Amino acid sequence: MTAMTLKARGLRIPPVVASVLLLLAMVAFGSIMYTGFFSAQVFLNLLIDNAFLLVVAVGMTFVILTGGIDLSVGSVVALTTMVSAALVEHRHWPPGVVIALVLAGGSLFGALQGWLIHRFRLQAFIVTLAGMFLARGLCYVISIDSISITDPTFTAIAQMRVPLFGGAALSVGSLIALVLFGVALFIAHGTAFGRNVYAVGGSEHSALLMGLPVARTVVGVYAFSGFCAALGGVLFTFYMLSGYGLHATGMELDAIASVVIGGTLLAGGVGLVAGTLCGVLMLGLIQTLITFDGSLSAWWTKIVIGALLLAFCLLQRLTQRGAPGGEPA
Amino acid sequence: MNAKDTPVAALSTAPQCGPNAPPPPDALWRRTARHPLVWPLATLALILAVNASLSPGLWHLQWRDGHLYGSLIDIINRAAPLAIVALGLTLVIATRGIDISVGAVVAISGAVAALMMGDELKIVDGQAVHLSHVPVAVAVLGALAAAGLCGAWNGLLVARAGLQPIIATLIMMLAGRGAAQLLTGGQILSIQYVPYFAIGNGFLIGLPVAALIALAVWGGMTLILERSALGLFIRAIGINPRAARVAGVRSRTITICVYAFCGLCAGIAGVIVSSNVKSADGNNAGLLMELDAILAVTIGGTLLSGGRFTLAGTVIGALIIQTLTSTIYAIGVPPEINLVVKAVVVFVVMLLQSSEFRRQLRALALRPAPGASR
Repeated sequence: MTAMTLKARGLRIPPVVASVLLLLAMVAFGSIMYTGFFSAQVFLNLLIDNAFLLVVAVGMTFVILTGGIDLSVGSVVALTTMVSAALVEHRHWPPGVVIALVLAGGSLFGALQGWLIHRFRLQAFIVTLAGMFLARGLCYVISIDSISITDPTFTAIAQMRVPLFGGAALSVGSLIALVLFGVALFIAHGTAFGRNVYAVGGSEHSALLMGLPVARTVVGVYAFSGFCAALGGVLFTFYMLSGYGLHATGMELDAIASVVIGGTLLAGGVGLVAGTLCGVLMLGLIQTLITFDGSLSAWWTKIVIGALLLAFCLLQRLTQRGAPGGEPA
Repeated sequence: MNAKDTPVAALSTAPQCGPNAPPPPDALWRRTARHPLVWPLATLALILAVNASLSPGLWHLQWRDGHLYGSLIDIINRAAPLAIVALGLTLVIATRGIDISVGAVVAISGAVAALMMGDELKIVDGQAVHLSHVPVAVAVLGALAAAGLCGAWNGLLVARAGLQPIIATLIMMLAGRGAAQLLTGGQILSIQYVPYFAIGNGFLIGLPVAALIALAVWGGMTLILERSALGLFIRAIGINPRAARVAGVRSRTITICVYAFCGLCAGIAGVIVSSNVKSADGNNAGLLMELDAILAVTIGGTLLSGGRFTLAGTVIGALIIQTLTSTIYAIGVPPEINLVVKAVVVFVVMLLQSSEFRRQLRALALRPAPGASR
């Protein structure tokens, strides 16, 4: 990475820095206000309870970096839980095969959406909206009821805890999420594909003129998002031990919110995968704080997330102001 | 509303015709086939025909208890809230925006109306009568004001702060839903005040009040947009916001007003819905309605990329969606399949709207036998 790109990126870092500072401030606030808040397990629980969101949001980060959006992820998560539960419970397929199948299916679903978006110049928003309908509808085609999973492999993985220091422990799902996060960091900053993603997000036209494989990048990004959604669905299956068409409703919004709060620009081209981890943790922390407080109703979660989203979007606009191309609608 | 009447819209449709289109042998037929409302109308006719073949009672209308009664009236009545929301959304989409918060605003408006009326039981002449804190008109106005404010806030974020429309309205969708749940305490507030029910269930001159309200909104919008330059301005903003502003269109003010109007429409729909089901549900009222509304707008022929809109098409689109839903019920398949059908419809409609796709289709159709009928 040349000094110039570092400098260019360095100029745009403030949103990420703001997210990290805010996260630390919230941790400090919680630790001072509530007893028992500052413990290793509370923070590991953040990871355990939001493992699937982290995975989905990491996939979403790549899509948003190219300037697109993927609204189908929540439904793909639900469809994955449904297909896994139906195949494992009703057809008695081996869990390994089922997981491989849903991961491939999710990637294919994403790739198809990416192809439609790129080939026919359709709006990402509306294509993935239709994908959202389709995946959610397919859930109900399989079954309108919840299917609980009793398969020994699934339950064993779901209950397994990996002990860490001082009696704290992590679930298998959160470990998988952390591994995926590491892989995504490498893809974004260490591979040609990652650089293409930033280039396409910066300016698709320029990327095309530079001879970069724009089509492959766009399709690849949506395929990766589909893969992440399916993997998130597998983790969600471990977490809930059931398949249900109403699982993960609105998760796409949480994922988008984490990406934006993590400092990624919605216009594309600017942002860090690491920021998304920060955003996911912040969403989790808001929920934990509201739980610890006890006097606020759960509805406040949404309002606080909305307010945070607004604050970060406005912050982004302020840092962007000087840059050309900020188009007033 | 013929999009070809306005020069700006004609500009936007011009590239689709293509310079190499062969001379029309039957110009009248071609002109008809190219009219923007033909395809939505054909779709509606097709679905109605399928529905009629499945449930023969569809066309059966009768006069009962002083009003019209029948499946068709039922469809129109149920489509009314969706049509009103979609009409407001049409203008937002025409300015190249989107509003995904309409569902949350529907919930807020219902909750505000329910809270303002409250629930007071009084004994009058030995009978238990439910009273309202405020007259119905005040409650409705309060609900509409709240909804309009939500919309204006969206507009401010889009036009003043320069946020992307989808994000600005995403914020409202999240926080608005939370606010609606907060207002109702996460429960279903039941509404007992009888005069309020007339809005969603009543009949006037034999027709459902809800449908009449939708008709009034449609008529009023058509009048204002066609009889003033406002429609032209909105199209101009959608085609190129910067050029419109340079040309002297007050695009920021108009954008804010358009979003506020969309919120207002969602508020009207919220009042109708809450009156129809006699309760305000913060959790589920208007849930996923934004998707249905966007679908209705697209099916109607409004371009999602802005610059071209048709109000009549949107109304037809809302009717198509409601007819589709009742047809699916009539066929007897589980209503959940509805989502899959809708998804397929969206995919088909958006592919047909894509000029790339049409070019490819034309190439495919022409390749085997050039000059063959197409």
